Amino acid sequence: MSSNAWRVELELNSSRIDPLGAAAVQSLAARGLPLTDGIRVGRGFLLPGSLDRDEVKMIVDSLLADPVNETARIVAPGEVETDGQKSLLIRRMAGVSDPEAHTTERALKLLDIDLPSGTHVETYRSYRCLGEVAGEQFLKIGGRALGNLTIEEAFLANEPVGLHPEPTSRPSKRRDIPLRDLGIDELSAISSEMSLALTGEEMVAIQEFFVAEGREPSDVELETLAQTWSEHCKHKTLTGPVSFQQLDGDGKIKERRHYNNLLKETVFYATQKLSPEWCWSVFKDNAGVIAMTEDIGIAIKVETHNHPSALDPYGGSGTGIGGVIRDILGTGLGARPFASTDVFCVGEENMDRKDLPPGTMHPDRILDGVVAGVRDYGNRMGIPTVAGTVIRHPGYVANPLVFAGSLGEIPRKYVDKAARPGDLIVAFGGRTGRDGIHGATFSSEALHEDSESIDAAAVQIGDPITEKKVLDVLMVARDRDIFTAVTDCGAGGFSSAVGEMGEEIGAEVNLEGAPLKYAGLSYWEIWISEAQERMVAAIPPAKLDELQHLCDTADVELTVLGTFADHERLILRWHGEVVCDMPMSFLHGGVPQPVRDAIAPQTPQNDTAWPSVDDHGQLLQNILGHPSVASKEWVVRQYDHEVQGGTVLKPYQGANGHGAGDGTVVKPRLDLPQGVALGCGIYPRMAELDPYAATANAIDEALRNTVAAGGNPHRTAILDNFCWGDCRKPDRFGSMVLAAEACRDAAIAYGTPFVSGKDSLNNEYRVDGVEKAIPPTLLCTAMAIVEDCEQTVGTPLQAAGNHLVMVGFTSNDGGGTVASDLLGLEDSVVPKPNFETAPSVFAALHSAITEGSVAACHDLSEGGLAVAAAEMVIGAHGLGASVDISRVPGASDLSAAARLYAETPTRFLVEVPADRLEQFGSHFRTLPWAAVGEVQAGDQLELRDGPTTLVNLDSATLSTANRVQA
Amino acid sequence: MKPRVLQLFTSGINCDRELRYAFELAGATVREMHIRELMESPEAIRDCEMFAIPGGFTYGDDLGAGRVLGLEVKRFLATELEEHHERGGSIFGVCNGFQALVKSDLLPRVEGVEVSLTWNFSHRFECRWSRLLVEDALDHVLPAGSILPAPSAHAEGQIVLAAGEEDVARLEAANAIALRYCDENGTPTSEWPTCPSGSIGAIAGMVSPSGRILGLMPHPERNLSPLHLPDRGAGAWGSGEEGVAFFRGLMAPYLAGIHS
Repeated sequence: MSSNAWRVELELNSSRIDPLGAAAVQSLAARGLPLTDGIRVGRGFLLPGSLDRDEVKMIVDSLLADPVNETARIVAPGEVETDGQKSLLIRRMAGVSDPEAHTTERALKLLDIDLPSGTHVETYRSYRCLGEVAGEQFLKIGGRALGNLTIEEAFLANEPVGLHPEPTSRPSKRRDIPLRDLGIDELSAISSEMSLALTGEEMVAIQEFFVAEGREPSDVELETLAQTWSEHCKHKTLTGPVSFQQLDGDGKIKERRHYNNLLKETVFYATQKLSPEWCWSVFKDNAGVIAMTEDIGIAIKVETHNHPSALDPYGGSGTGIGGVIRDILGTGLGARPFASTDVFCVGEENMDRKDLPPGTMHPDRILDGVVAGVRDYGNRMGIPTVAGTVIRHPGYVANPLVFAGSLGEIPRKYVDKAARPGDLIVAFGGRTGRDGIHGATFSSEALHEDSESIDAAAVQIGDPITEKKVLDVLMVARDRDIFTAVTDCGAGGFSSAVGEMGEEIGAEVNLEGAPLKYAGLSYWEIWISEAQERMVAAIPPAKLDELQHLCDTADVELTVLGTFADHERLILRWHGEVVCDMPMSFLHGGVPQPVRDAIAPQTPQNDTAWPSVDDHGQLLQNILGHPSVASKEWVVRQYDHEVQGGTVLKPYQGANGHGAGDGTVVKPRLDLPQGVALGCGIYPRMAELDPYAATANAIDEALRNTVAAGGNPHRTAILDNFCWGDCRKPDRFGSMVLAAEACRDAAIAYGTPFVSGKDSLNNEYRVDGVEKAIPPTLLCTAMAIVEDCEQTVGTPLQAAGNHLVMVGFTSNDGGGTVASDLLGLEDSVVPKPNFETAPSVFAALHSAITEGSVAACHDLSEGGLAVAAAEMVIGAHGLGASVDISRVPGASDLSAAARLYAETPTRFLVEVPADRLEQFGSHFRTLPWAAVGEVQAGDQLELRDGPTTLVNLDSATLSTANRVQA
Repeated sequence: MKPRVLQLFTSGINCDRELRYAFELAGATVREMHIRELMESPEAIRDCEMFAIPGGFTYGDDLGAGRVLGLEVKRFLATELEEHHERGGSIFGVCNGFQALVKSDLLPRVEGVEVSLTWNFSHRFECRWSRLLVEDALDHVLPAGSILPAPSAHAEGQIVLAAGEEDVARLEAANAIALRYCDENGTPTSEWPTCPSGSIGAIAGMVSPSGRILGLMPHPERNLSPLHLPDRGAGAWGSGEEGVAFFRGLMAPYLAGIHS
């Protein structure tokens, strides 16, 4: 039975405007509950009922309420207000982390208040309706509009509120799961009942192993195998054998290819073939590492966190960024994070609520939530979120994608690691709870309409300050040479972290040693919990005291979990009883690898028939306002993208800060001239038509970003993130094979090795028995070394009289372009890079930039030349541009529309100083380039076709069309 | 000997690197101490000329920006800090550090004026560049009337005063307003986005009557070179030298007679 509690609600003084209240009114009105008298929102705290009134008043005055700004309402335990049905309270469900409550409990000690044991603090939000409202309706509509009922509960204040009861205990004796005598159907049933996400074939392999062992498995042995063999951890599809077929128009097999290990023979193959000496660590650690200087390397990793973000966008994206930051902390003996990236793919904007598939959240709410999640986690970590984009496409309506990337700086001597037998296994950081149970297996399954109600345990709430403390202590410990190995607790929790570190040597763990958020967890829950903000390290026993002291000072909890061994087995104990004893060889090598079929999709072969356009001015404005082109400055301004003081080429540039940049440049070390340029490419609309071309374009785009900013194309590493549908279906897998082949071919052509990557499959949504896949989505992230940050350029125009130069060849192909979306073009050939010339174009432009022959540069991507020119004007300080598109180098039969809006890759619009044109051209020789116009005083963008003016718009009009929000 | 900065560190401080670098560029040496160490030996404050609190999200700002750190400073360090100030030492807080100075009552030191910092008027975190007009009260650091460009990056940067405009007048009379948000022409304004927070009186920073306790919301430590500027030194945001000049100005009393 829950105990009664003091309710404390802090509202802004009634004289002050309450923006949260106004937002709540708006959300409720959108769901048909108009509350015209307004709502006041309160920060709520539940304090244990055992405190007396004076103590509560003191706590409110000294700690909780802002004396200048806020009014406190205090409701005694057991009391209710007479108009309680007009206050809606929303709090987190039992067991969901509540970092604010934790901070409050700690701060109470500063006031010399000790809470009685067994009691705690909780926080909540209150929504007090100022006018009349029917309580039942307020609860029903308000709960959904203002809360996330996957992790929160809503109730009215007309009943006394109690603290959540302590969590229930699970039985904690060893439990075996008899399966040696079962048939495949019964085995599959066990997998499904235990949420293991293991196939019948995999269950049979497990059965055979235990038959040979002569015993039944324990629950935790099955759970460990399920985590380790999950698609999320093992990447069975990409690393397994595949039989690939291309069909002709009549459905006959035109070509067959076989791969034993798709990833090894495409993405890895390219890296191996290139293997430059500046790649220090590739595909073997939590992140790839390349050299910035002789002594300092840069680690980079990009992750996805899709399914959790569909259920709880805020928590999902926050823990997504938190997780990838831990990947960087767990690279080598620890890298120091200095930049983050984020890319979101969500459904279309302003969708009618009735068109939403059942059980899904509105895409606009998802986008606001994921932005807020990255903002609150990244800003608190003090790591600048500097690069990314937002894609809107109907195919993501039920299955949004959240990509989060992180970069870290690491001295060369700390890049390698190896746990040794006899080392202690220590965990430090957050405590273990029931949050995130089965995250790894959940993310390996498709979503369905009941996901939001039954998978709540897969959602986690982040606590960035705990992770920041982990970062602080880890850096000091690394520099004191305390660790022999370190890794993060990600998917699979301790099971993956310890299992991977001990793969070659073996490990013994005593699970009762793990510090818990609350009592009552079973040993298998402790072992696989994905509770956030935890790291695992191997240290020599002699270093324990030193690490303990560092952790005590930094207020970080440290626990010894066990020891690494030399028996190559994984042994788990629970209060002395062995609950798991398996050889590492079976754990890591026992998963069966069936051959999967893949069938290539048909790609459009028609030439693009660009229509003649009456009003290019209007069309350009429409394109500038297209959700994929529109300004994302409103996102970037919420991120502290300049913290650490190293952001020397910003995502939004120019005197007014509205100029969309290409690559962002960040200096990891303020005292050194070097930096890194970051770019990303993603073309889902094109991938629906032609996955090979779209993937090549995504890689080209990421490289265009970094080259345009001044990154060195000969010192560039790239990363892949495949997000696909269910690749057990041959059509889905077929498009992924093509994408993997494009990765191989592009990486080799450009000389840019893949250093890390990740895949997320089963991005499907099941409703009424129909399964829909997301568009095939390949995100390429590029990181280029900048030798000297002074030699970088932005996109805003710099000086009247300078030349404007087009670099690159324009083709007629318009399939999958933004313009084709608006012009309603039939499916036609998708543009793709010319692998023969593209690397030379990048190299030539890079030489021109480093010698100072470029004043500004913008790559051409979505919306083509017209959009690039417009964005260069938008970011300029009272400057305009005049461009004659008839001078654009390209195919002979180009229409005006193709010249303006085609998205042929490997092209740039470059501002060249008035006296530098010849010098600039000397880098290009036979490569395609042409002077096409000049920078002018005033702020007009004039686009001409010979003598005919097609577009003449001023900067303010362009900004409005581009939806620039300060 | 170079002047000594003691820089506070604790859970959630995250602008420590750039602040340290700025002080070093200004000719100081920087020692960093965790508040847990300082609680045990607050007398360490006696070994510095400048005590600085960097920006961040101390303790997550879970109970309001700088609230818990303010309590800690007040309870464990206030006595030593007052003595440090009386000896001629300086105290500086930027962003979250400024919020902590206000919430520990180290600023403003004007009788009867109650100050707090609350959510930006936009109710969002705002990361954008601001221009700060130097008031007479800060003339010993930078010339009064000059403009210090600096990025803002905060959610709870709106200064509110219990008695509103009357308190603004009191602060003005006491020479406690150090910096104001202003437009390109140097005209102070509380209008978003020129002023990111909507602070009353366009106040961006406050200073003690002594001139030696200073706090501000924006980050001059992120303006240390032309490459830091939004227009990379084209002129609309100054030359890129103003930030270093500001830190030199802060350390000037202790740099005198020192040849670098």
